[in-house]
Amino acid sequence: MKLTVWTYEGPPHVGAMRVATGMTDLHYVLHAPQGDTYADLLFTMIERRDRRPPVTFTTFQARDLGSDTANLFKTACRDAYDRFRPQALIVGASCTAELIQDDPGGIAETMGLPVPVIPLELPSYQRKENFGADETFYQIVRTLARPVRKTPHVTVNLLGPTALGFRHRDDILEVTALLADLGVGVNVVAPMTASPADIARLGAAHFNVVLYPETAESAARWMEREFQMPYTKVVPIGVGATHDFVKEVVTLTGGKPSLDVSRLHLPWYSRSVDSNYLTGKRVFVFGDGTHAMAAARIARDEMGFDVVGLGCYNRERARAVRSMARDLGCDVLITDDYLEVERSIESLAPELILGTQMERHIGKRLGIPCAVISAPVHVQDFPARYSPQMGIEGANVIFDTWVHPLVMGLEEHLLTMFREDFEFCDEAGPSHHGVVSASRRESCAEPGVESMRPSTIEIVWRPAAEKELRKIPFFVRGKARRNTEIFAGERGLSEIDIDTLYEAKAHYAR
Amino acid sequence: MTAVACEPRPHGCRDVPVLKERGQHEVFCGLTGIIWLHRKMQDAFFLVVGSRTCAHLLQSAAGVMIFAEPRFATAILEETDLAGLADAQTELDRVVGELLERRPDIRQLFLVGSCPSEVIKLDLQRAAERLSDLYAPNVRILNFSGSGIETTFTQGEDACLASMVSVLPETRTRNLLLVGALPDVVEEQAVSLLSALGIGPIRVLPASRTTFESGVGENTLFALTQPFLGDTHAALERRKARHIPAPFPFGEEGTTAWLRAIADAFDIDDETFERVTRAPRTRACKAVAQAAEVLRNKSIFFFPDSQLEIPLARFVTRECGMRVAEVGTPFLHKGVVGPDMALIEGCPVFSEGQDVDRQLDRCRAARPDLVVCGLGLANPLEAEGFTTKWAIELVFTPIHFYEQAGDLAGLFSRPLRRFQSLNLMAAE
Repeated sequence: MKLTVWTYEGPPHVGAMRVATGMTDLHYVLHAPQGDTYADLLFTMIERRDRRPPVTFTTFQARDLGSDTANLFKTACRDAYDRFRPQALIVGASCTAELIQDDPGGIAETMGLPVPVIPLELPSYQRKENFGADETFYQIVRTLARPVRKTPHVTVNLLGPTALGFRHRDDILEVTALLADLGVGVNVVAPMTASPADIARLGAAHFNVVLYPETAESAARWMEREFQMPYTKVVPIGVGATHDFVKEVVTLTGGKPSLDVSRLHLPWYSRSVDSNYLTGKRVFVFGDGTHAMAAARIARDEMGFDVVGLGCYNRERARAVRSMARDLGCDVLITDDYLEVERSIESLAPELILGTQMERHIGKRLGIPCAVISAPVHVQDFPARYSPQMGIEGANVIFDTWVHPLVMGLEEHLLTMFREDFEFCDEAGPSHHGVVSASRRESCAEPGVESMRPSTIEIVWRPAAEKELRKIPFFVRGKARRNTEIFAGERGLSEIDIDTLYEAKAHYAR
Repeated sequence: MTAVACEPRPHGCRDVPVLKERGQHEVFCGLTGIIWLHRKMQDAFFLVVGSRTCAHLLQSAAGVMIFAEPRFATAILEETDLAGLADAQTELDRVVGELLERRPDIRQLFLVGSCPSEVIKLDLQRAAERLSDLYAPNVRILNFSGSGIETTFTQGEDACLASMVSVLPETRTRNLLLVGALPDVVEEQAVSLLSALGIGPIRVLPASRTTFESGVGENTLFALTQPFLGDTHAALERRKARHIPAPFPFGEEGTTAWLRAIADAFDIDDETFERVTRAPRTRACKAVAQAAEVLRNKSIFFFPDSQLEIPLARFVTRECGMRVAEVGTPFLHKGVVGPDMALIEGCPVFSEGQDVDRQLDRCRAARPDLVVCGLGLANPLEAEGFTTKWAIELVFTPIHFYEQAGDLAGLFSRPLRRFQSLNLMAAE
């Protein structure tokens, strides 16, 4: 049993729903109790989909358990086929149905439906959403993909986009255009936009482009084995990664690398002098493995940030994330425990969080700006405007998104110089954001609030030192307070005055 | 304005046949009630014993994620719990210990059953009793089921309140108990109206803190403020409390009828009743009339969601002049909503339970001007050209009593006004 407050990933059948909802002409019959239908609203509300997900839930109730839930599944399966006439069915169980062991796959296979029926085994008590999506897509590909003649021109499949994915809609467009510049066409985009008939002709492409390893790696590996189709390993998020991706593609096509950078603004924006203030900003990066690693690379190489922490919530990517964190020489955190992430952020006291919607809330509470780089998604992660993460435009979007939450250039200096201005104090946040977080405003208005926080060590702050501490920018103040207390504790001091504060500062400065 | 008769009228809909459906239910499970209950009861914590799906539902159901430190969590069952490798009761003791150590301010803990915990027959009652012995008197530990195999959406609140009834102290004092979790502002209005009528002492269930709880006994009269409290109703009657049946306090008419029923039970004279209610009634009528302008003669279709559907159908037909095509409800308890059914005009189709695809077919055939439905259906129906109102907003918005009557009508009229005010054809 594990005590959980918030979760980064849903159960594996939600991953299967993301695959089914992204596709067309496929239907998912899910053996599940009433209530599991809540998952529909993820798609209709968060992603604003204009159609119900193609999912039939059996919605059994307690009174059905004694009688015949298997029959209920059979009826649901039959009705769903008759009503929706899909080209293929996927069938499976949610966590509760897994316990009653009706074997939906076995039942559906004996029904003699005139379309392929793909059984899913998704262990709800061991695995999570990303695994569910990856496994579902793999099973669909394994069942439906056939060896077919290659297209005469070089084409690829774009693998991995699903419903409810972080900017998948726009990444597809961006990467398709990027490949077109290289003379590479797109055979099929899957799961999103593909029908079962499209899946059958995946083998016509010359190789696969894996956009999101989280949801497409197993299928790509299977096609590599069965159809001798290589797949790309670089995910083109960021300028460097996009260049690397182009190189990887041309190694596979034998063509010449070319990348139209006329619309790429990130490198110059990052070089321009006003970006000096970004130098060495301490950032904490957390998300799914793929997006977190991409963000860490951009943060260090393209923005000039200092990555102080890197982590992911999907254990499937743990190894790669650990090794990258070693290279960056920063803390690593592999966990799906939201409270652990919060503790980690609190202790590292970064100046910017690059995280998920969950970290955005942590940031709000701790008064640390945050930009969102990864799922789990929120309605805000489906902007009306074109807003990819990948390729050239993706890099531009990322620059804007990450800089937006920060206090900019000279404003930051002014805040540091005139910290005691009652309207223009650093805790008011960047002036281009109208809303001031409540926690910041409070501490802005009441100078005493900071000292009310219980300190772990029994050391008294002299009022003058306390006042001086408040002149330190809020985002490092917590760290300064802790360091000073540790410094004083180690020296057996029971009081902290201004000198202690600056001695500690000198001690910890390197 | 004359006093409202809440006796069943000869042409009411109380005895019309009900269409019973048993297909795919597009509804939340009872765990969803935790979203508002954990805010209402400030010293309570809700521990769901369930799966990752339960945890995911709780953070998704509210449409937005609520990120104040929540007073709920999920003890996620893992492979070891199911394979019998770990004793679930021991595991539960450990998790509860962890939790109470983290939250020493908690005075009552609810162990909430889920689909998986019901299916593996994890005995939460036994756990609650054992843990109560361990943590009494500091923490009271109760259990109820919010599982989807047993409860639909608001039935979770019903199960929760019913579990609390059994531990309320016995009293012989004559008192009035208002039952149902209401937004604070609404609850205060109700109490102040009833107090002005000279009724008291008044207690509410659930109370914001355990220390404010009341006793219950044969001299207790209770009024339901929500129509989905059938089990709580039964539990209170087992404690010898007496129910005051009435239409539910939505709109001017509903509120007046509800207050009137209570006033009668407490022998309040007509003159006092008129004096106390006249001003707010007039305000309510005026506010409803303004909002209802666009609703008049429009048709409405209710998908089953919260069990508020029948009282709301009464409100929109009688006070807003709408026609109801179908009123679906997950569960129809005539003892509770009978007085509302008796007042509904024009006898629509009443359906209980759901077969969502068939109901969508009926809805498309009826072509209502407004569809009240869950979040999973709203955007798809909008895309088909329907105008919809999210049913969940009716649960998450203060809509009871006089001062909210206009807001309630406004919830229905806003989608229609929006539809009229947008001119997107040129943009499309």
